[in-house]
Amino acid sequence: MNKIFVIIASLFFVPLSLFAKWEEVRIGTEGAYPPWNGTNAAGELEGAEIDMATEICYRMGVKCTFVAQDWDGIIPALLNKKYDVIIAGMSITEERMEKVDFSIGYMTDGACLVVSKDSALASYQSELESVNLNNSDAATQKVVGSVVALLKGKKVGVQGGTIHQNFIEQYASSALLSTYSTQDDLNLDLGAGRVEIGLADCGAFDDYMSKKEGSNLTSVSPSMGGGPFGDGVGGAFRKEDDDLREMFNDAIKASLADGTISTIAKKWFGRDISM
Amino acid sequence: MNFNLIYESFLDILKGLGASLEIIILSLFLGLLLSLGIVMMRLTKNIVLNSFSRSFVFVIRGTPLLVQIYFIYYGLAQFTAIRESFIWIVLKEPFWCGVLALTINTSAYTSEIIRSGLNSIIKGQAESAVAFGMNKFQAFKRILLPQAIRQSIPAYSNEIILMIKASSLVSVITIMEMTGIARKIISKTFAPIEVFIAAGIIYLALNYLVTVIFKKIEKKYTISY
Repeated sequence: MNKIFVIIASLFFVPLSLFAKWEEVRIGTEGAYPPWNGTNAAGELEGAEIDMATEICYRMGVKCTFVAQDWDGIIPALLNKKYDVIIAGMSITEERMEKVDFSIGYMTDGACLVVSKDSALASYQSELESVNLNNSDAATQKVVGSVVALLKGKKVGVQGGTIHQNFIEQYASSALLSTYSTQDDLNLDLGAGRVEIGLADCGAFDDYMSKKEGSNLTSVSPSMGGGPFGDGVGGAFRKEDDDLREMFNDAIKASLADGTISTIAKKWFGRDISM
Repeated sequence: MNFNLIYESFLDILKGLGASLEIIILSLFLGLLLSLGIVMMRLTKNIVLNSFSRSFVFVIRGTPLLVQIYFIYYGLAQFTAIRESFIWIVLKEPFWCGVLALTINTSAYTSEIIRSGLNSIIKGQAESAVAFGMNKFQAFKRILLPQAIRQSIPAYSNEIILMIKASSLVSVITIMEMTGIARKIISKTFAPIEVFIAAGIIYLALNYLVTVIFKKIEKKYTISY
């Protein structure tokens, strides 16, 4: 009797890590940022990252479940262990790296400025198609300067807690900034004309502009990356879960190498934004 | 628990107190005026006005405030006719949409509070007033309404407290009142608990103030039979 008790009691002290720790992985996503991660009419999650995560989980041989979480609380909920990884169009930035660790980047999309076709702003033209804010050459500086001049004193809308909000605050603090809980809300207000300029990932606008409600909008800027926009989109993990992050890194590397992520990106974005 | 963050957030959120108070006070004032109209409609025998008032109260009390805010802000803006009309001058501004939604919401509840206050007055008083030569409107204004208001004070103080808390919802339509600022801090610090504790303390203090003031008012005006 005593022996059985000792055996059972000692089980409580066996570290969990002795068992295969990651047989099941919970993935946190927003479900409100198509085509990255959206929710279809049936209420199911869909999008490039949902397809990609499903593929990666298959490769890692783990069972994955998705958890939808508002953007506002997406990092706090990861830290509170509501799920184990964030796959939600989250750009890799230094600010976020203070709280979480990122996998390698899997996709990257520039940031676009969107305005109403009727507005005078629609005639704005940039000298470069795209700029990387990490570059300090004269041509980049000039384009960035003209974008900042364009934003000055304008009503600008972004989703709150994003790289796009950071860019406006760091580069164009003279803009009148409105922050929205979701990309959807921002799109609606752009359509209604409450904000004059919207800033988000180019792909997030494409989706809305292809619909009837968003047909009066057009994208004007150079597409922007680097600097506050970070260096691509990756999965975010708790600092202590290096093992899980390594598992993801290997699977992402393999899916990038054999073109799987590229195929998924083309399917959802209409272009290859894999890294 | 990061107490320093609670303190810093507290100071930042306090900067939104003015915006919150502006919305709360304006909505309560306009809502009170509107509710008087709704009560008067409810009391007439005119079937159109009466049923309008009934359905208004039914719909507003029967739907969530958040849905009402979304409907007024995002819903109405979908109609080109509204965007091209003069109403758009008001509806274009998040601030006025917030005030409008809260005003409509509180007016429905307040009208019910006043109505139950009126119902508690002995019916003979209205007839006596008319016998003294007042017309119906004068009787309502001079005799019935003051008594109804006195009866309604405890329930109305409760409505004010509910409105103070409800005002936090307008942060979803980009208004930077206290909760809006709190959410902004959270998006930078990723620490919702500390920041919401700071915001909660301010709301609690506001409501405590309302409770104390109304206790004084109640003591002064409520008659005990």
